[in-house]
Amino acid sequence: MAEAETAMQDNDGPLLTAEGLGKNYGRLAACRDVSFVLYPGEVLAIVGESGSGKSTLLQLLSAQLAASAGRVSYRMRDGVMRDLAALGEAERRFLFRTDWGFVHQDPALGLRMAVSAGANVGERLMAVGWNHYGRIRDTASSWLERVEIDTARIDDAPRTYSGGMRQRLQIARNLVTEPRLVFMDEPTGGLDLSVQARLLDLMRNLVSELGLAAIVVTHDLAVARLLSHRVMVMKGGRVIETGLTDQVLDDPHEPYTQLLVSSILPA
Amino acid sequence: MNAPTYNFAYLDEQTKRMIRRAILKAIAIPGYQVPFASREMPMPYGWGTGGVQVTAAILGPQDVLKVIDQGSDDTTNAISIRKFFAKTAGVATTTSTEDATVIQTRHRIPEAPLHGGQVLVYQVPIPEPLRFLEPRETETRRMHALGEYGLMHVKLYEDIARFGHIATSYAYPVKVNARYVMDPSPTPKFDNPKMDDCPALQLFGAGREKRIYAIPPHTRVTSLDFEDHPFTRYRFDAPCALCGADDSFLDEIVTDDKGGRMFVCSDTDYCEGRQAHGHRGTESAAPHKETAHGRG
Repeated sequence: MAEAETAMQDNDGPLLTAEGLGKNYGRLAACRDVSFVLYPGEVLAIVGESGSGKSTLLQLLSAQLAASAGRVSYRMRDGVMRDLAALGEAERRFLFRTDWGFVHQDPALGLRMAVSAGANVGERLMAVGWNHYGRIRDTASSWLERVEIDTARIDDAPRTYSGGMRQRLQIARNLVTEPRLVFMDEPTGGLDLSVQARLLDLMRNLVSELGLAAIVVTHDLAVARLLSHRVMVMKGGRVIETGLTDQVLDDPHEPYTQLLVSSILPA
Repeated sequence: MNAPTYNFAYLDEQTKRMIRRAILKAIAIPGYQVPFASREMPMPYGWGTGGVQVTAAILGPQDVLKVIDQGSDDTTNAISIRKFFAKTAGVATTTSTEDATVIQTRHRIPEAPLHGGQVLVYQVPIPEPLRFLEPRETETRRMHALGEYGLMHVKLYEDIARFGHIATSYAYPVKVNARYVMDPSPTPKFDNPKMDDCPALQLFGAGREKRIYAIPPHTRVTSLDFEDHPFTRYRFDAPCALCGADDSFLDEIVTDDKGGRMFVCSDTDYCEGRQAHGHRGTESAAPHKETAHGRG
């Protein structure tokens, strides 16, 4: 861990780069010619309406889908840039449960609903060889505290949790191995406004505290504004506008972005 | 005495060759579940169709067969399988662990130490140790292939979180040859240490799930645990009521409806052997006098 940090600090190179990324489903181009560079500690929001290719792009970036064109490279903890498509399955899965996190919109996809919260958080630790019950449990309960879940509920299964708690538990489960990059797919979808606000606040704190890089897919511009440093606007599978968050949201250039920004309901 | 209408040991020779190939592969990759084309057997699934097929494939005319069910030689399942092979293969049968060359077992490993040249055949209901944690077969096979066994510890973690100790008392997961995590079939965890460095060959057959796996002789078998919650054997804290043994796995037998109970060896051959050598427990009948339980 310490080595990885020094490697990160020594090296101001990008954490993840996408070059000419595309995905076709038959004649349908779900995602076309997407290129960008993500640096350590940077939060990138991908916004756009549903069907614009956001989720496809997220799956391409996290190596869950094979790209039809282009490539994604990631700087491993040893500092070497690797093409994700060239990684073996074992390496890819290892990356996925150690150096990456993936927060699903539906917590049931990211959690084991029938297994206690403590074991949900501890699973990643056990997967990388932790073999001491007491230490696993201590780490799990300290993470529950960090995501503001009452530690008295450590032995309850997440199916007894509310929607907001499940989402926070999912975040704890992902962050316990101290990943450097977290993918989030509509992390606040389906939650009511006050719960959303609390979750966003928590995520913003954690991201800045841990120096995480994150790629957040959302259709909610408020989420993008609160969390992200940079925004990419997608339409019809293409990136139509990109820039600093406040720049894009306060001074949108593309007509479609202007439409998106103006369609926010006044609070 | 072969029944005239059946091939030796019931299965046809091609089927036996197919099963032997699976067994050889299983021995070559200890703990790995080898798929095989399990046949319909003249008994229902769950009665040991996998074990019977493995036994049929390895049995030779010179073999001496012993069959146990929960340690006992005289339950319906054990007797019917023993008679099945006596009829279809004409092999000698025995209840003695020492004399047997092939032992088919349901849920126990005999108390008497096994020796080289013996084969222990287990009947396995569910071969996949990860099944109740991960329902997708595609995923569990990938996890085995990549050696991703964090999930197995999640089960043990849950036990400790809920009961304060690892409460899994049977089908306790083991790691074979430092590679594959394996379900030892529903044997009590008391028997787990007997699998380690065992001089006999251990074969596991799951008929319904169509899998065969194996532990070759003298293979390292370790029970999974946590550093601060190490693996422990479990045994009722009592001597056998019939033979007085204090080192054997015990069955609890309810003797009346007033809370009366007795503990006796689950391995009947071991218990009878000890009694024949003059060992007596608190409930054993005096040589020429029958006494009722609980009344001295």
